[in-house]
Amino acid sequence: MLEQLFAPAVIIGILASGIQLATPYLYAAVGEMFSQISGVLNLGVEGVMLMGAFIAYYAVLRTDNLLLGLALAALTGALMGLMTAVISVTLKAEQGISGIGIYLFGLGLSDLLFLVLVGTPKAIVGFPELDLPVLSGLPALGPILFSQNILVYFAFACVPLAWFILNKTTLGLKVRAVGQTPEAADSLGISVARVRYIAVIVAGTMAGIAGASLSIGLLNIFQQNLTSGLGFIAVALVYFGGWRPFRVMLGALLFSMVNALQLWIQTLGIALPSDIAGMLPYILTIIALIFAARQIVTQPTALTKPFERGE
Amino acid sequence: MSTTRQRFDFGRYNFILVPFIAGGLALLVGAVIIWLLGANPIEAYIGMVQGALGSPNAIADSLVKAGPLLFVGVGICIAYRGGVINIGGEGQIVIGALATTLVVLTLSGLPSLILIPLALAAGFVGGGFWGGIAGFLKARFKVNEVLSTIMLNAIAVQLMTFLLNGALMDPTSLDNSIRIPQTQRFPLWTDLPRLIPTRLHAGILLGVLIAVLAYILLWHTTIGYRIRAVGFNTVASKYAGINVGRYQILAITLSGALAGLGGAVEVMGVNHRLFTDGSATGFTGNAGFNGIVVALFGALHPLGVIPASFLFGALLTGANTLQRTVQVPGAFVTTLDGLVVIFVVASQIWARRRATRHAMPELPPQDKIVPASTT
Repeated sequence: MLEQLFAPAVIIGILASGIQLATPYLYAAVGEMFSQISGVLNLGVEGVMLMGAFIAYYAVLRTDNLLLGLALAALTGALMGLMTAVISVTLKAEQGISGIGIYLFGLGLSDLLFLVLVGTPKAIVGFPELDLPVLSGLPALGPILFSQNILVYFAFACVPLAWFILNKTTLGLKVRAVGQTPEAADSLGISVARVRYIAVIVAGTMAGIAGASLSIGLLNIFQQNLTSGLGFIAVALVYFGGWRPFRVMLGALLFSMVNALQLWIQTLGIALPSDIAGMLPYILTIIALIFAARQIVTQPTALTKPFERGE
Repeated sequence: MSTTRQRFDFGRYNFILVPFIAGGLALLVGAVIIWLLGANPIEAYIGMVQGALGSPNAIADSLVKAGPLLFVGVGICIAYRGGVINIGGEGQIVIGALATTLVVLTLSGLPSLILIPLALAAGFVGGGFWGGIAGFLKARFKVNEVLSTIMLNAIAVQLMTFLLNGALMDPTSLDNSIRIPQTQRFPLWTDLPRLIPTRLHAGILLGVLIAVLAYILLWHTTIGYRIRAVGFNTVASKYAGINVGRYQILAITLSGALAGLGGAVEVMGVNHRLFTDGSATGFTGNAGFNGIVVALFGALHPLGVIPASFLFGALLTGANTLQRTVQVPGAFVTTLDGLVVIFVVASQIWARRRATRHAMPELPPQDKIVPASTT
């Protein structure tokens, strides 16, 4: 049985689905990274993703317009990001708990809207695979890397973009400053609140897109709790990646590959109970968190700490 | 308390006022959502109240639904007072229920007078173990407990589904090859006693007792004092010679243990078997998360959790009528729960402002925090 896993076609299949499955993690985790670096632990990602996933799905179901679905998901995410920012930055709420509130809100509302507006799951036509010219013809690499849908390419493009913004632009510098030493940033005339608002809204927008990448890019369906914990793993990935874009990407790939492997094991009918295989990503996350905690030096010092002037 | 302030101190009643104002706002936003869905919010809320409190059976159901929320909520209070955020109620309920199930099924020959306490204790220990893992990871490896408990939730549910689909599956269901993921019905003598001829069982009394005990532990024992000290100021506690890590582990272990006990009560008092509905939460109906809502609403005080859990038990029971009366799916309640959390946490800024004005009151003399310079 197990030797089936090592057939070339299967290996290519696993790697291709691994790349594809990394997409929602990447959008969510790269966005979350901005929020965390600015000092806000945005734990509501899962709820925002669910709302983004539903809105995108519903828009496509009604209009067949994929770009409209994507745009509405991003807008929904941005609005929920704004809500998170009001709660965490202006009202200085406990971020671990308020995030759970946003999660429950998104979980309930997406389910509610789905039941009222759609009822039973109906499949839609999502983003098609886009074969890049020449590259997709490459043996092995072609089907793995260059025959994905456009959301997958964009997800990977976000990583260097995030690196550039964080390290080479004034905005990135400000984001890091308010997360590291908000007092100093404040005394230099940077509005801590404004920068954190921007970062948290970016995180929300990306989480909305992450949800859309699931419902209209990967699965082409919506159902209750579609994300099933993916958003929470994305939050953990940011810790795992030590708040660095490329490491976060490696983490996302690691997880999506484990997931893909697990799915293929089930597809091939190899005798490993699906529940046990399903635990793997979570156990891996905990182990990853243990290692991530060792590099605690890189953690934004003001993470989860609301900024209070003159404290 | 404050003697310098002249005008009436509204802040003194903040701990009651804030949750109610926040809850009212959540209901208001909920009403808008119902209205947008094309239903009449007033009709919906009246229907909910009737569904929750309209008959003795409805009231009993509300109290039964309050049970797990009460256990989890009291646990959340203990963890929170110790400076630990326990998002892992879901997993702790599941592991507690699993431990109880194992004890009941393997020792079913024992008389109920021994078996029931033993099974409840198993739930307590099981949940405590699951919470303790997160505590250990936090104290030893500095792993953020919010993240680790979320992962432990998922692992617990999958472990349960795995066992229910195999080792623990009801033998008769195996014989008939229907394969429903549930255990056999527990022996009748493990049913928790019913209080009145409804579904109301004695577990709820145990919950109230636990809440009172938790209050005594936190405010009238040295251990509780230290848990609160660690939660209030880690650095100062360290200088006072308190082993911070140990008390954090203790706080979340106790928190998990109570959630586990809640799981035990649920299987022995309500379902009389362990089952899963196949959802991400298994059989808990989000009680692990709703317990957080209840704890917040009860001002993170064990005694406050008692009325808060009854309120939310009623909300959950009332939600079942929504579909029937105004065609709004029960998922509305999850949304409402989320809104309550958001509004309560967000409004705590006013309660906190008051707290900083009054600083930390009532330090028992024997445990005075020693300033760093004298050690």
